[in-house]
Amino acid sequence: MSQATRYVLFAIWVAALAATPLWADNYTVRLAIIIAMYSALALSWNFIGGFVGYPSFSTAAFFGLGCYAGALTQKAGLPMVGAWVFATLFVGAFAAVLGVIILRLRGHYFAIASFAIVEVVRLVISSWGDLTGGGDGLNVPLVTGGPDAVAQTFLAVMIVIMLTVFAVTVFVDRNRLGFGLRCIKQNENAADMVGVDTTRYKVIAYTLSAMFCGTVGAAYASWTGYIDPSDSFSVLMTVKVPVMCLLGGAGTVFGPIVGTTAFLLLEEFFWARFLEYNRAILGAVIVILIFFLPGGLLRISYRDMVKRLTGRVSQGAAP
Amino acid sequence: MSEPILVLEDVSRNFGGILALSEISFSLKEGEIVALIGPNGAGKTTLVNAITGVHPASSGRIRFLGVDVTGQRPFQAARRGLARTFQIVQPFPQMTVLENVAAGALFGGAHANMHDAMATAREKLEFTGLAQFADRSASALTLAGRKRLELAKSLAMKPKILMLDEVNAGLNASEIDGALALIRRIADQGVTIFIIEHLMKVVLSLAQRVLVLHHGSLIADGNPTDIVNDPRVIEAYLGEKFARRIKESAGNV
Repeated sequence: MSQATRYVLFAIWVAALAATPLWADNYTVRLAIIIAMYSALALSWNFIGGFVGYPSFSTAAFFGLGCYAGALTQKAGLPMVGAWVFATLFVGAFAAVLGVIILRLRGHYFAIASFAIVEVVRLVISSWGDLTGGGDGLNVPLVTGGPDAVAQTFLAVMIVIMLTVFAVTVFVDRNRLGFGLRCIKQNENAADMVGVDTTRYKVIAYTLSAMFCGTVGAAYASWTGYIDPSDSFSVLMTVKVPVMCLLGGAGTVFGPIVGTTAFLLLEEFFWARFLEYNRAILGAVIVILIFFLPGGLLRISYRDMVKRLTGRVSQGAAP
Repeated sequence: MSEPILVLEDVSRNFGGILALSEISFSLKEGEIVALIGPNGAGKTTLVNAITGVHPASSGRIRFLGVDVTGQRPFQAARRGLARTFQIVQPFPQMTVLENVAAGALFGGAHANMHDAMATAREKLEFTGLAQFADRSASALTLAGRKRLELAKSLAMKPKILMLDEVNAGLNASEIDGALALIRRIADQGVTIFIIEHLMKVVLSLAQRVLVLHHGSLIADGNPTDIVNDPRVIEAYLGEKFARRIKESAGNV
């Protein structure tokens, strides 16, 4: 598939998501919002996990911090969009400072440290009751309008965020930053030796992977109107997002979107059919997919597959 | 001879209680070819690591072009023109040969954009005789090819000093001759060469000056003929029999 075809398919996909309110019920619109939201998160993770190859499990920390940063500033009187921008910058700055410290670690150690951050931030937020409401959660000023109007607004918001992260991804991919990040992924010592400022590049990638999670979190808080620590800092999210990205193809431009879509549609499919065992079945499907498709869905040569299948059929047909 | 380009003053490096380098002082002049020899574990690679900032010196000072670079980071060394190759080759395995070299040009050679970096990379592949492999993946090259790739990558960084860490280890006789010719051509361009080498044949045919490292100390610094006659060097590294053989073959030339 040529790169141009991929862009056309992507444009059609975005248009289809954006058009859901015109032809589908509210449940489908909600699914479209979730798809756009998780696509933005998976694209974000791709900066650190895909381009640099650092297994980060901090997504939920950034998302949750974004929820609270947005909700609290909105409660303090900042207009909604202003609160989202603040959350983006706040989470970006948080990740930059944190990155300088934990990006010294490599491999498993980095993974563990990045995972621990989710727990630490969650505990701080839930213990700091005076500010955050603790375990009782926090009410966010509601958006005016009926359910349909609200859904349409947040569908547009999530799609805009997704497209923004996508645009940044394309830019990074073609820029020297992306080239440097790929060098680090393949051989960090060699990257250092050819003159890549590896620390700075990694911190930039980590910050990029965080800030848009902050935007998504803040927008999510405004959308649902209520947040609490267990919902905002969900361990499931921190694992789901990397899986989505890996499923589609980490380090590619379109992989995170393909993976997120495939994952959420599968999840929807199993949820509807196997109410009790859906998580177990989904887990098994993910293990099988990642085991047999280590490069992700985008790395399969579909043309070869068709050829091989038709080849086998014609061979079988011969006497 | 011109001013020294690199000066080391009492450079030491310890790893915990182990003193890997002990008060090393020497200087390199511009355009010189200097060899560094010594037994395994003498600290040769550690010395290169100290110069390039991989394991910065614990004490002492390193000056490059008059600037104090003692605490520099490896990427800074690369950008300043202190390039090195690794004893164990370090390619970017999933990139093409061309992209590998372009990485050196883009980040170490201070090229503004990818296009210029690619042009320089092609030039360096031509120079090192790798042009026909430009679009192959780096992991598909033979060992000799990967060693050449290391050279091409370093050259793309526009080095002033090139430090070669056993570029000939593991190569066969004809490959070594090819590599030697290449190193001479690089030196002809005015690049100062600092070469770590075990093969005395290479050292004697290439180097204008030889440094000998033993247990982290510099025990000799002089021209190749003096070095092979130095009793301390013979005892520490060359061995009686080998030294005699070198002297005999040198006498025949």
